[in-house]
Amino acid sequence: METLFSVLVGILFAGSIYLLLSRKLVRILLGIAILGNAVNLLIFTAGRLTRGVPPIIPIKSYLPIEATANPLPQALVLTAIVISFSFLAFFLVLGYRAYQELGTDDLLDMRVAEPKEHSEPPLGY
Amino acid sequence: MPLFGVEATFWALLGPFVAAALSPFLVKTLKHNAAWVLAIIPALTFIQFLSFVPGIAEGKIFKASLEWVPTFNVNFSIYLDGLSVLFALLISGIGTLITLYAGGYLKDHKNLGQFLSYLFLFMGAMLGVVVADNVITLFVYWELTSITSFLLIGFDHLRRTSRRSAMQALVVTGSGGLALMAGLILAGYQGGSFELSELLSSGDVLRESPYYTAIFILVVLAAFTKSAQFPFHFWLPNAMEAPTPVSAYLHSATMVKAGVYLLMRMHPVLGNTELWMTVLPIFGGITLLVGTILGIRQTDLKLVLAYTTVASLGLLVMLTGTSDPVAIQGAVIYLFAHSLFKGSLFMVVGTVDHESGTRDLNRVGGLFAFMPITGTAAVLSALSMAGLLPLVGFVAKEVLYDGTWHAVNGGLWTGFAVLGNAMMFALAATVAIKPFFGAKVKTPKVAHEGTVLLIAGSITLAVLGLAAGVFIASVGHQLLSPMTSAILGAPFDEELHLLPKYLSPALYLSLVTIALGVIIFMYMDKLRVIVADVLRTIGWGPDKGFDQVLEIIIRFATALTQAVQTGSMVTYMRATFTVIALVLIVPMILTGNWPNLEGISSFYAYEWFIAAIAVIGVYAVLTARYRVTAIVLLGIQGFAVALIYLLFGAPDLSFTQFMVETLSVVILALVMTRLNLKPTDARSSRGKVFDISLSVLCGAGISMLLMSIVQLPFDPTLSEFFTQYSRTIAHGRNIVNVVLVDFRGFDTIGEISVVMVTGLAVLALIRVRPKLNGNSGSEKNR
Repeated sequence: METLFSVLVGILFAGSIYLLLSRKLVRILLGIAILGNAVNLLIFTAGRLTRGVPPIIPIKSYLPIEATANPLPQALVLTAIVISFSFLAFFLVLGYRAYQELGTDDLLDMRVAEPKEHSEPPLGY
Repeated sequence: MPLFGVEATFWALLGPFVAAALSPFLVKTLKHNAAWVLAIIPALTFIQFLSFVPGIAEGKIFKASLEWVPTFNVNFSIYLDGLSVLFALLISGIGTLITLYAGGYLKDHKNLGQFLSYLFLFMGAMLGVVVADNVITLFVYWELTSITSFLLIGFDHLRRTSRRSAMQALVVTGSGGLALMAGLILAGYQGGSFELSELLSSGDVLRESPYYTAIFILVVLAAFTKSAQFPFHFWLPNAMEAPTPVSAYLHSATMVKAGVYLLMRMHPVLGNTELWMTVLPIFGGITLLVGTILGIRQTDLKLVLAYTTVASLGLLVMLTGTSDPVAIQGAVIYLFAHSLFKGSLFMVVGTVDHESGTRDLNRVGGLFAFMPITGTAAVLSALSMAGLLPLVGFVAKEVLYDGTWHAVNGGLWTGFAVLGNAMMFALAATVAIKPFFGAKVKTPKVAHEGTVLLIAGSITLAVLGLAAGVFIASVGHQLLSPMTSAILGAPFDEELHLLPKYLSPALYLSLVTIALGVIIFMYMDKLRVIVADVLRTIGWGPDKGFDQVLEIIIRFATALTQAVQTGSMVTYMRATFTVIALVLIVPMILTGNWPNLEGISSFYAYEWFIAAIAVIGVYAVLTARYRVTAIVLLGIQGFAVALIYLLFGAPDLSFTQFMVETLSVVILALVMTRLNLKPTDARSSRGKVFDISLSVLCGAGISMLLMSIVQLPFDPTLSEFFTQYSRTIAHGRNIVNVVLVDFRGFDTIGEISVVMVTGLAVLALIRVRPKLNGNSGSEKNR
C-alpha cells in the first residue's frame, strides 16, 4: 500500500529539482525546503507504513500489545527533519549575505570564484 | 644495527641524509670550511664500501634486509655485488671530492648550506639506487634522484632558463621513472620475486615470458630518459644551468649513469636477446654520434663536456647492448674511466670559469702558467678521455674495440665507436689545449690558481686515472672484473694490461681513431661553422619539441577545463541531475525490472485527499507569481507531510514537522521580503522544457526506485530489536524516543553538534561585515 506515497515522493522530488535548477536564489531555497520533506517521506515510506498505531508500549506491559508502526525510520526522520531545517537556515543566511555582497540573486551573475573572461593559460616557466 | 659488516651499510646509506640535515647549520657557523667537516661523511661511506672489495673480488655477494611493508613484498633490502660496489665507490668517492669542490666554488654564496644539503640528499638517493635489492626500494630511490636533480638544476631559480631546465629534467626523467615502476612490477610478477637478487637468478624466465617485450620497452624507456639517450638527450645539456659541482657530480659522474646501471643490472635476465642486441646498440650508437657532433658546435667549455657526456653514455649503452663479454668489460672500464676524467674535467672548467671569469673557448688561452695544477689535471684527464697511454682511458678503448670487433654485427658497432671516439679525441684536445696553452688571452678576471678546495678534486681524480692505468691489472682484478661478472651473470676474469701484448685489430683501430681525431681537431673551427649552419637549416630539435608538447598539453588542459567547468551553477546542477536520472532509470531499462503499481487502490479517500493537498502545494509553489505567495504556499505541502506522519503512527514526527515548517516559513518570509528581488523566473522556454523533463525524469526514477524497494520483503531485525528491548533494557515506553536518546544516543549528539555548528556559522555570517575600505569593495564591483 506504499505505492501511492512512492508516487507522492516522486512528485515532491520533481518539484524540488525543478526549483533547484532555477537561476534565482529564492527558488533554490524553496527547492531545498521541499527536498528535505521529500527525502524524509522517502525514508518513512521505505520503512513500510502502518496506520494509526504509534510505537508506544502500554504502561502495564513490557512489549507492545498490537503491531505498531516501525520505530526505526521515525527515529531517523526525526533527526533528519532537524538537520534539514538547520541546513535550510544556513543556506538562507548564506544566500542573503551573498545577495548583500554581490548585489544579485541571479546565479549566472555570481562569478567571483570563476570569472567569465578566461585568461591565457600560463605557458612560461 | 652493528657498526661493522654488511649491516653497517645501512648506516652508510643513512650518512648522506644526516649530512644533508647538518649542512645548513654547519655552513652558518663555519662558512665554506664546513665542506671539510661534511666531507668526512661521504669519506666514511666510501671506506665502508671499500671494505667489501676483497670479498667481491673473490666472487662473494653480500645481502642484508630490513622489513618495510612485508605484506606487499616491499623490503628495505640491499644487494652488494661487483656492479653495486663499484658504483657505490664512485658515488661516495667522487661525492667526497665534490663536497670539497662545492665549498670552494660557492664560497660566500648565501645559499651554500642549502646547496650542500641538496647535494647530500642526492648522494643518499643515488647510493640507494645502486645498492637496492627490492625493486620498489630501487624505484623510490630512483625518483628521489630525479627530484634532487630538479632541485639542484633549479638552484639558481631566479633565472628563467634555470627553471625551464629543471622542469624539463624532471618531466623527462620523471616520466621514465613511471615506466620503470611499471616495468619492474611487471618483471617482479613474471619472475616471481620483487627482490633483484632472486629475480637475477631466475634464468630465462623473463626472456621467455609473454610480457618480455613490454618489460623491455618499459625498462629501456626508463634507462634512456635517465641516461639521456637520443631522442631524450636534450635535457642533459640544458641541465648545465646548474652550478658546476652539480654538473660534475650528477650530470657526468653519477646520476646520468643510473640508466646505464639499470641496463647493466637487468642484463642477466633481459639481455642477450635479439631485441636487446638491436635496439640498444642502435640508439646508443646514434646517441654517441649525435652527442659528439653537437659537442663540436659548442664554444662554451661546459656545454662541450655536456655533449661528450651524452656521447659517452651512448657508447656505454651501445656496448651493454652488444651482450658480448669483452665489450661489456670494455663498458665497465670505460664507465670507470669516464667517471674519473669527466668529473675532473668539469671541475677544471668550473675552476677556469671561477678564476678567469669566463669559460668561452674563444676568450681563454695560455692559462697553464697561472694555473699549473688545474692545467695538469686538465691534461691528464683529457689524455684519458682521448684514450691515450698511459691512462685508464686507453685500456678502456682497447678492450671496447676488441669487444665490438668480435661482437654480433661487430662491423657496424665498431664503426660507430671509431667515429665517436675520434670526435671525442678532438674534443678532449680542445678542452685541454685551448684554455691552457697558446697565446695568453685577456680574461675578464686576472687568472690565478684556485684555492685548495677548488683544485683538490680535479687533480685527485686525474691522478687516480693515471694510477688506474698504470696498475690496471690489479684494479681490473679487484674492481672491474667483478662488475663485469655481475653484469654478465657469470664469472669473468680476464687479466688486463696497460700495454698491448701483440698487434691486435684493436690497436690498429686505436691508431685510426687518433689519426682521425687529429684531423678533426685541426679543422675544428671550420667544422663548428658547418655543424652550426646545418643545425640552423634544420631549425627544429627535440628541445624545441619539448616546449611544443608542453604547450599543447597546457592548451588542451585549459580548453578541457573551460569546457567542463563553465562556472555556471545552472550547468553544474543540470549535469548532476542528468547523471542521477540516468543512474536511476538506465538499470531498470537494462534489466527490465520495472516496479508494478499494485496496491495503489488500497488507500482510504482521506489519504488520497492529503496526498493531493501536498501535490497541490508543490504545484502552487512552482507557479506562484510572487515570492511571498510562494513562501506561504511552501507551508501547505509541509503541513500535508506532517498530516501523513500523524496518520501513519508517528505523532512525534508530526509535531516536529509542524514546528519546523512554521519556523521555515516565518524565517524565509522575514529574510526574503527584505531583499529587493525581481519576481520573474528568468528561464527561457527551451530551458524550461529541459528542466521540466529532467525533473520529471528524476522524480519518476525515484518513485520507481522506492516502489521497487517496498515491493521487496521487509527485514524487521533492527525494528524488532528496538521494540523488544525498549522497555526491558532502556526502561522507556516511547520506542522512538528511546532509540534517539539511548540506543543511538551518539547519533543524537552528532545531530545536536550539526545544529550547533550551523548556528555558529549563521551567526558568523551575519556578524562578520566587510570593512568599507576593504577588499570586498572591489569584489562588489566585479
